[in-house]
Amino acid sequence: MSARAIDELAAGPRTKEAVDAFFAGRSFPIVDGPAITFVFRGEAEAIHLKHWVFGLPSSQQLARVEGTDVWHLTLELPPRSRVEYKLEVVRGGRGEWVQDPLNPHKARDPFGANSVAHGEGYEVPSWIHPDPESRPGKIDELWLDTKTFGRRRLEIYLPARFRRTRRYPLMVVHDGHDYLRYAALGTVLDNLMHRLEIPDMIVALTTSPDRLVEYANDERHAAFIADDVVPQLERALPIDSRPQSRCLMGASFGAVASLSTALRRPGFFGRLLLQSGSFAFTDIGDRNHRGPLFDPVVAFVNQLRARPVAMSERIFISCGMYESLIYENRSLAPVLEATGMDVRYVESRDGHNWENWRDRLREGLSWLFPGPFLFVYE
Amino acid sequence: MTTVVLLGPQQPVPDVGAALAVAHVKGPVALVTAGWQERESDDQALIETLGVKAVNLTLHARSEQVFTEDPEFSAAHKAKQGRLRLVNDFYRIRLDHEFEAARSISVRHVDPELLAEEQIESVEALKQLDRDHLERCQIKHDELADRWRPFERPAIARHRRELAAILSDVEAVVVMGGHVVSLLNRMKLFGLVGLCKNQRWFAAAAGAMVLTERIFLFHDFPPHGTGIAEVLDRGFGLVRDLVVLPDFRHRIDAGDAAGIARFVRRTSPATCVALDAGARVHVEGGQVRHALCHRLDADGFIEERWTG
Repeated sequence: MSARAIDELAAGPRTKEAVDAFFAGRSFPIVDGPAITFVFRGEAEAIHLKHWVFGLPSSQQLARVEGTDVWHLTLELPPRSRVEYKLEVVRGGRGEWVQDPLNPHKARDPFGANSVAHGEGYEVPSWIHPDPESRPGKIDELWLDTKTFGRRRLEIYLPARFRRTRRYPLMVVHDGHDYLRYAALGTVLDNLMHRLEIPDMIVALTTSPDRLVEYANDERHAAFIADDVVPQLERALPIDSRPQSRCLMGASFGAVASLSTALRRPGFFGRLLLQSGSFAFTDIGDRNHRGPLFDPVVAFVNQLRARPVAMSERIFISCGMYESLIYENRSLAPVLEATGMDVRYVESRDGHNWENWRDRLREGLSWLFPGPFLFVYE
Repeated sequence: MTTVVLLGPQQPVPDVGAALAVAHVKGPVALVTAGWQERESDDQALIETLGVKAVNLTLHARSEQVFTEDPEFSAAHKAKQGRLRLVNDFYRIRLDHEFEAARSISVRHVDPELLAEEQIESVEALKQLDRDHLERCQIKHDELADRWRPFERPAIARHRRELAAILSDVEAVVVMGGHVVSLLNRMKLFGLVGLCKNQRWFAAAAGAMVLTERIFLFHDFPPHGTGIAEVLDRGFGLVRDLVVLPDFRHRIDAGDAAGIARFVRRTSPATCVALDAGARVHVEGGQVRHALCHRLDADGFIEERWTG
């Protein structure tokens, strides 16, 4: 229908009224089965679609319907795809990246916001929205004096039904503040606990002022998490200190930090949740095409691939098929599984972004920490 | 002859008070909310809806007292629960494989008559697995009972005397739902069913499950994987030849006729009933006398408004 709609517009009188009629009552981009048509209306020298789908050209030009100010581009996307993008509007020889003014769907991240195209069959999960029946947990600020990094700020999520007389699993989240802001982590925890899909748990949300260094297999970071954060929290809060109740989680470099910390303290963290890990490696030599920030990561992953270690018990790994890191994550999963650890690896038709990581939280958390939903009948 | 009334979920609006009124229960009644675990005593809102005087038996809190006062028994009980969890894990592994085998066979393009025979065989294998699991659970319970004689332990005996005194003054026992394992264990720990004489029982959701002979756990919409129903343990058997499925509407894929049929055949000859909100099953002497609920049949159909 989308291409046909554009064709009909092109074949018609191309008057302002005809163009207005084309836009009236229609949502954009236009989804027609696997075809997604991006549309822009306005005067410009050129319009480009800018996206981060690994495997497709990252910049593609929209065609103009002659005699109108309508621009369009149709892409074929597999079912359940989710694509973040911007449009580059070229005027006066200068390109400006803008959100798609016709598309209400936006995804925020630390750099701003992108427009989002939902392919056929993709649905925003219901459990990411606040549920009036879910009691919200409480998020407190906490300052820790640490041996490794001095004074550091954390946020602590306590479940709505928190009681000092119970013992709770502890999950430590890298880039926790961003998970709260961009992946709705607080709401997701509230809802999954309310649905009994995960047990009540305490979540420590950490943030690093220098993440690209500290997260890249840095012993100081491992000491900060395992020797400072966890013991101090276990003294202050009713935490179940068994490894199977202790989880490290992170995305991108945060996943590297999680895995490398677990490797430096084998057996300490019984659960790992690794999302779109930046697990760059080389098969020969140590040169990588991702730049010097990745050098310590490559050394770490190369070493792990050479001598795999069962450092945890259960690991959930997720990655988007449209990420450049899909090869690295696909390669890592069997390496970890071969050690005897319980590994679950899932892929999604999405990119390296916070909403991809958000959408995988239910499956990952409930697999790592199954809730009592099977046992409760009220 | 023991009278039992089984009810559906009590969330968000409880109807146990209406069931008491229909049965002309004047009270007082004993209340079991041990399935609510630490929230056991948050019963004020519920009691206001009952319409009769109620006294909470506080089985969860009493259990915690027993475990504090009798650390030896507590350790033994905890160890038994740990072994049961392992036994249950192993049962689930076997169950997964049995289901996988049944699925593999069911998609083969062979003589339909032979396939039907094989499907019967698959169900028989599941029934056997369930029977073995129940037997293994019972052995673990019996080992604890034989070695530790719980009812003779002073801490438990004292609570049993207190409970018997309370029960002697009540007309009925109301068992609410919640965490079915907690509820089952707490009632079992004090031998609650044995302490009751002529009281009528009103049991909702998980409460209804524990009064039957076999407790099945089920959920067709788990957060990952496929939902496979599993038998948890034996219940108290006040209701016989009946498998109850509370909150059916939210937990079972009503469109999966093959799945429903397989479950009904697996649990036969018992009758499978869905206990949704407003459902009632009236039981006398262990047998259903009349009902108002949905019944599942061996062809995967749901008979609405089954009357028993």
